[in-house]
Formats: sequence, C-alpha cells, structure tokens
Amino acid sequence: MITLRSIDRRRVLRGMLGGTAVTVALPFLDCFLDENGTALASGAPLPVCFGTWFWGLGLNPGRWEPPTAGKITQFGPELAGLTPYKDKVNVYSGTKVILDGRPMITHFTGDWAVLTGTTPREERVIIPSVDMLIADVIGTKTRFRSLEVSSTGNPVHSYSRREGAAINPAEVSPAALYTRIFGPEFKDPNAADFKPDPQVMARQSVLSAVRAQREDLAKTLGASDKARLDEYYSSLRQIEQQLDLELQKPAPLEACTSPDKPTDIVLGSEIESVKGNHKLFAGLLSHALACGQTRVINVTFNDATSSLRKQGSSMTHHVYSHEESIDPVLGYQPNVTSFIMNISGGLADMVGALDSIKEGDGTLLDRMLLMASTDTGYAKVHSLDDMPLITAGRAGGRMKTGYHVVAKGDPATRLGLTVQQAVGVPINSWGTDSMQTSKTFTEVMA
Amino acid sequence: MTGKGMMRRLALCGAVAALCLTGFTGQSKADGDAAGQVAMRRLTQDQYKQIINDIFGPTVTLGGRFEPDLRDSGLLAVGAAQVSVTAAGLEQYDLMARSIATQVVDEKHRPLLVGCKPASETAPDDACSKAFLSKVGKLLYRRPLTQHELDAEVAAANAATVKTGSFYNGLGLSLAGMLEAPEFLFRQEAVEPDPDHAGAYRLDAYSKASRLSFFLWNAAPDPELLAAAQNGDLNSSSGLKKQVDRLMASPRLEAGVRAFFGDMLAFDGFSTLAKDTTLYPKFTSQVLRDAQEQTMRTIVDHLLVQKADYRDLFTTNKTFLTPLLASIYKVQASFPEGVQDPWVAFEYPADVPQAGILTEASFVGLHSHPGRSSATIRGKALRTVLLCQKVPDPPGNVNFNLVQDTNNPNYKTARQRLEAHRTQPSCAGCHKIMDPVGLAMENFDTIGGFRTTENGAPIDASGELDGAKFSDVAGLGKAVHDNPAATACIVNRVYEFGAGHAPNKSETEWVRGTLAKDFASGGYKFTDLLKDVATSDVFYRASAPQTGALDTPKAKLASDVTGNQEVQK
Repeated sequence: MITLRSIDRRRVLRGMLGGTAVTVALPFLDCFLDENGTALASGAPLPVCFGTWFWGLGLNPGRWEPPTAGKITQFGPELAGLTPYKDKVNVYSGTKVILDGRPMITHFTGDWAVLTGTTPREERVIIPSVDMLIADVIGTKTRFRSLEVSSTGNPVHSYSRREGAAINPAEVSPAALYTRIFGPEFKDPNAADFKPDPQVMARQSVLSAVRAQREDLAKTLGASDKARLDEYYSSLRQIEQQLDLELQKPAPLEACTSPDKPTDIVLGSEIESVKGNHKLFAGLLSHALACGQTRVINVTFNDATSSLRKQGSSMTHHVYSHEESIDPVLGYQPNVTSFIMNISGGLADMVGALDSIKEGDGTLLDRMLLMASTDTGYAKVHSLDDMPLITAGRAGGRMKTGYHVVAKGDPATRLGLTVQQAVGVPINSWGTDSMQTSKTFTEVMA
Repeated sequence: MTGKGMMRRLALCGAVAALCLTGFTGQSKADGDAAGQVAMRRLTQDQYKQIINDIFGPTVTLGGRFEPDLRDSGLLAVGAAQVSVTAAGLEQYDLMARSIATQVVDEKHRPLLVGCKPASETAPDDACSKAFLSKVGKLLYRRPLTQHELDAEVAAANAATVKTGSFYNGLGLSLAGMLEAPEFLFRQEAVEPDPDHAGAYRLDAYSKASRLSFFLWNAAPDPELLAAAQNGDLNSSSGLKKQVDRLMASPRLEAGVRAFFGDMLAFDGFSTLAKDTTLYPKFTSQVLRDAQEQTMRTIVDHLLVQKADYRDLFTTNKTFLTPLLASIYKVQASFPEGVQDPWVAFEYPADVPQAGILTEASFVGLHSHPGRSSATIRGKALRTVLLCQKVPDPPGNVNFNLVQDTNNPNYKTARQRLEAHRTQPSCAGCHKIMDPVGLAMENFDTIGGFRTTENGAPIDASGELDGAKFSDVAGLGKAVHDNPAATACIVNRVYEFGAGHAPNKSETEWVRGTLAKDFASGGYKFTDLLKDVATSDVFYRASAPQTGALDTPKAKLASDVTGNQEVQK
C-alpha cells in the first residue's frame, strides 16, 4: 500500500485546476475506517474529542449527588434526567475552589478557577482555559480548532479563553453555526466527487503575504503586544489550515452526515428559547465532531450570573437565587429548582445528542469527554464548596464511566487535570497555589 | 480626589472600611514612566465600519459579525489595547474582508474605486495593481506602505490573478488580505526620538495623526491629515493646532463625540439587552434604538450645538423625543404628521420628575433586570459609569435567609425589599453606597416607563449621594451635577479614550491638574476639553521604544520612491 503522505498533494492538484472533477482517484488508503467503523484502517482508533459544558448558578447541595460513592445506581433528583446515560457519565462531588486570600468575585471566581486552574485575583482572566490547553494538543489538524456556542443569545457568554484577555466569542445562532460548519466551504468526507477550487489556492498565496510581514511587525512591540500579535498569527494559522483542508479530499467518516439547516428559535435568555437553541446546537456540534470538523467544543447553557427567565415573569434565575425563600415543606427554592431542572435537562440533551450518533458498535460519546462545570456550589450563598462536576463519555476508552467519585474537600482542579491526561495532554500537575494538584481521579481513569 | 471628596469617602467608609468603594481608580500600572505609553489597539466595530465607509463609500456593504470588544478601566477604548483576534474572530474578519473586496472590484464599483484599468483582464498588471494597492493601502494602514509591503501585495495580487485567471479577482483577494492583516486591524503606534527633547521620544507623525483622528472623529486619518503627517506639519505646534481646529470644525466631530459617550455610557450593552415583552409590551427593538438616540441627541445638542456646561446634562429639561418614547415616559408632545419616526425637541414641564440623562431609558432601562427595575444595578452604574468609582463585589458565602420574598405583602416596593436586605451587615456596607442612589430612580420601570407606585404602594424616591440629600430623581441629578467626581471622571475618561490607556503617573498629574482646572475655569465646556487634550504635548509623548527597534534603518516608504506616483483618491 502506498499512502498519500509520500506525495506532495498540492503538486498533484495543481494540474487539475480549472474545474476537473477528481472522482476518488486519490488513494486514501490510510484513512479508511476498519470494518467496525470504530478505527481507521491503520488501526488507530477514531480520535478522542473534548468539550466543556458550562451552566450558571450550580445546583442545590444534597439534591444532585448520587446517594453512594462508587458505581452509580441512582442520581440525586436534580440529575435524574441523566438516568438514561447513567453508565456513560461520572459525577464528582466534594471538590472546592480555594481563594488563597483573594477576593471572592461572585459568579466569576468559581467558574474560572475550575476552568483555568487558577483562582483569579481580579475580574480578568489572562490564562488559557482547559479546553484551549487541550485544543492545542488534539485540535491542531481540524478545520476548527474549537467551536464555541452560547444558548443565551449573548456572544460574551463564553467560558473559553486563550492567553491574554481575549475570549473566544460564542456563536449564538444555530443557523449561523450551521452555515459556518456545513455551508459552502464544508467538504463532505463521504462525497464521491472532489473538486479543488482554484480560488482557495489564490487565497493561500494572499495569506502568505500577510504572514510574511510578521517579523517586521513584531520588531517594535513590547512583550504583551507581541503575545497578542502571536495570537493573531495563531488564528491566521487556522484559516490557512482550513484552506489546506479545502484542497484535500477528506478522509471518509462513516458516521458523518450533514444535518438539516436549523431555524433559530428567538435568541435570548427566556428559558424555552435557551432550551430550544441549545438542543439545536447540541445536534449541530455532534455532527461537526462526527464529520471531523473539530475535536473541541465549548457549550454555554446559561451564563454564570444566570439571566434565564420565564416569559411573563419579572424575575431572573439569578434574582430568584438570592430573593426566593426556601419552601419549608420542600426544603429548597422552588423557582430556582425549576430552572435547575431545565439546566440538567439541557445537559441530558447534550449527552443524548452525542450518544445518538452511531459509530460502529458504539456511539460518538464513546470517544468524547464532556466536562460540565459551574460557578458555585450553592448560588443562594455564593458557596465555592462542593462544586458540582460531571463528565460524560469514555474519551476513547481512557475513562471508566458510571461512577460517583467523592473528593472530600480537594481542589476542583483535580478534574481539569484528569480530563487533560485522559485526552492525552502530557502533564502531571495543574493549577496554581492551593488549586495546584497532581492528583487525578484515578478511580475513573482506565 | 479633592480634599472634600476624600472627606466624603472617609465618612462613607465608616463602619465598613474594608468594603468601601474605591474612589477614582484607573491609574495605569506603568506608573513611574516619565512618558506616555504607545498602544496597539484593535479597531472597534464602529471604527472598522467607519473606515470602510470612508474609503469605499456607503454602497459597499458589510456582512458578518465582530468579536466582542473588551471593557477595561471603564472603556472599550482601553480594552482595545488588551485584546487580540481569536480564531473564530479572524474567520469573521476573513469573511467580511472577502465580501468587501469582492464588491470593490465588481463591475459596478471598479470604475470609481479601482480607478485604473489593466491591459488585460485575465493577466497580472503591475502598474494598475501598484497604483490601486498603494492608494488603498495608505488609507487602510494609515501610513504609506513600505516598498517591501507594496511589492509583496502586488506579488500576491499577481499570483492570485494567475491562479484564477482574473485580474480583478486577484486584485480583490489582495485587498482582502490587507483588510484582514494586523496592520489594518490593529492601530499600532510607532515612536521616534524627539528632536526638541534630547533622550525623549514621541509618537511618529503618522501615529500622531491616527491618535488624533480616532480621538476626534473615531475614524482613520483622512488624506489631508495624512499629508500633514507626511510633510512634517503635525510635528509643529502650529501645524498640529491647525489640524485640530480643522477636525473640530468638521461635522464629523459629532461621530467622535457619539463614539466617546457610547463607550463611556456602555451602550454596547444594548446589543444584548432583553426585556420581558409580556410584562412590557411597549418594549420593541425600536425602543432600544430610540432610547440610545435620545441620549445621543441630547448630548450632541447640549455639548456641541449649545456648548453648554457638561454638568447640566444631569439636570437639563431639554431633550428629544419620538412618539414611542413619549408614550413610555407618559408625556405630551406634538409631532409632525405624516413623518415616520419623527424626532422633536422637547422640554419636560416643571411638574414632572424627568430631567437630565439619568432619567432617560438609555440609563434606567440599560441598568435594570429584564422584568423589573433594579435600584442596586442603577446605583452601581451611576457610581462606576458617571463618577468613575469602583464598587466592591458582594462577599461570598453570605446567608440570604433574611432576603425578601417578592410575594410578601410587607415588601411591596424595592425600597422595602432592599431595606430588609440591608439587615445583613456584610451586605449593608456596599448596598448603602448603591441603593440610596438607585432608589431615586425607582419612578422609572425597567424600560424607563414613568410610574408613581409599585404594587399599589407609593414610591419614595428620596435618597442621598455622598452627603447630598434629595427627595426625587431631579434632586439626584442636581447632586451628580454638583459632585466633583462627575467632572473628574469625564476628564479622565476623555483622556483614556484618546490615549488607549489609563493615565500613568506623569499623565495623571497633568490630567488631574492642568487639564481638570482648565476644564473647570472654562465653564466645563466639553469641546474645550477635547481641544486641550488634542493639542497637548502630553497626549503624544511616548516611552522609549523596545531595545533595538530604532537600530534598524527606517523602512523605505513606497511613496518616497521616485516614479511611484500615488494615485490621489
């Protein structure tokens, strides 16, 4: 067998410009799936994917944890929606965020301490979030290094950041996300015909001219501006990579199908809109992963200072969390809990969407690792204790699932370290100061 | 801060010293620098749009969306010096760049915008590419291209022409490349030795032109300003003054003033502002637009047309209304018939509490919950936005067992609910700072609608701001008018907006000293403030460049090369 790697693909294609269709004449031998559809013909398994799923305002303590540690037989009532997937998720209780004397910035400290490993000193995040650390390892060869979405209609509701102060803006419209992924520039990996576009090659040469100025530009910059310029060029690299991929016949992926273009539900923080748009996002992102368009996704169900609301009500989830009394019979805040049930239902929708895509004997969820986190252990008092953490998926067999792990006061960064190791980031310690840890959750690592 | 202001602060701190608001923040971390800082700022959305409109005209349309801007030290203009371009963001710039470039070279626009004609439409044409790219490049990069840059752009256009068999396609792609290049997307300032002060540095003339133009017009320098940079006029104080006068006399000054206040008043928040339309059926996207426009018209008329005292913005009874706004405010105004969305000048009668921009929907509506007003959010916004004070975040692990129940018949109004809330000592400290201010605005519901009762109980809009007591929102406006923090704040913000950073130590001395005093002695005229900043040395001072940056010979500019005639736009 020969592989295409030994051939300069651009040299092959260069003679074919002008519209000649190439009808699968190219040897993709190393890209074909095995008969089970779970591995590439080379024997390498389908690649592992990672995602974060963020929700705001936590859960009610004592109402989400499975009653016992170890194998999950039952969830607490607030996670009951995950029951169909109880063998495919893990629940981590008892972790906390440690302030180390820094200010408690409500609805900010908790989210970013979990996602970056460092308790922020001020209302600014300047270090990369865990998804970006992972994307730099597993996401460098896909069309999109990562995809961010927010179901609240606000692009700033993104919990993914690169180094520096730039947030990765979230896509808020499912229809726009569809166009970005499955629009005209999408190359169906299973299409029989492949026609390289001369326009794409022309764009490559233009972007080379942009890149060529890098050294001249960097000369006069100080260190922080240089880092910002580097980030620009790293973003440019993604565009160049997209063009490279557009000129190559993609490897077939059995599970890849192009979804139908969705119609946006009204964008905004009203709960029914959020649920609807989130469900559309879950479907699109699952297809994007199955089609090899990205390996890292970041989903925001609702923002940390939750703006979720119900039509006709003057109160938001956040306002309820502070102003609603605990029902003496129920023992919790009923309206807050109603939002919580919608949120955990959303998580079940996300897990379900990943699990609905069949790949060989299993599903896309088997090679996925989704990490769900929030900003507080108990919104009513802005607690940073007992942070609810959940993962879904087996990371291609590197995670065991179906367990409730009880951490007994350890820093929540244990999960960030665990997921990084599970997807192949070569580190053995993560976080800073009291959030630094070298302890993974070995109970769930295969 | 003045001594009096400091005394007020101390009085406020009282029992809750640790939680007291921090007065006048925003001094740059680069304290100790004798000179100003240079900045690399990402173009804001409005600046990008304005530049495209200026260079290519309004018939070239923009598609796509922008990365969210970042607010730092109270301004997006300062945050612009912190942000880069994310991968998702560059994807969008790439889409927009190609869309713009395709329009510029299409058959409709090319005769006017490209200007020259190639010998063949299917082959490269160096002369035409060079003429077009050097002309456009100078306007996009806000300086002439270096010879090296121009050669690279022409080569890129040629390569793209060869690959696609179309001159205009190749030229368009090369233009698209410039539109997504860091030289365009970032305003990178350059420095040079200051010949008048041995050992010191200043912005070079093109950087000076950009700083000035973005400051006053929120746009890139026009050809005349670039010419003043090129011929050295901008380096003399008379040449600088001439350009400042020209820019300030131009109707385009309004765009700059709108940009500044849009930034300071955080109007970017309107892009995601939501209200519950079941509770507030009058709230539509048109209300959003009208609310912003009302305040902008009030500001422009007051500061630019009337040249009135800045402080009177908080007390004036003059404003502008549309029928939609009049119905929300419940005031009688007459509008011309047969005109769609008419704006009329309006004076609030003496017997209504509305007065000043604090009572406009752009303030009380922007700083509220979707379904109800919020005295705390409004109080915090007044402190942070208009007085440049910092209100600490609420403490963690607070027990809210005593917080109010909105269905509780004992707590009908926001004041009653917040007073219950303030029984928590750890909350009381900050809420005392925010609530008495915000409660004065309770006569306005979450979309700015006027009301006198809440849940059937009369609204008490009395309160206190830094020792000044008042009985209604008009009194609050007067208290802001008289508060020295309000004028200190605007002076600081204006400087930051132009410079792109919070003033460092030496800049702070000038800003809080000479600049603030001149503003006061001149009767708080906003245009005087702009002019003082724009013509000052301080504004253009620069710290020493990075090591080695000036050791390399200055790149040769394409316009310096004999035979390379720039095509005038």
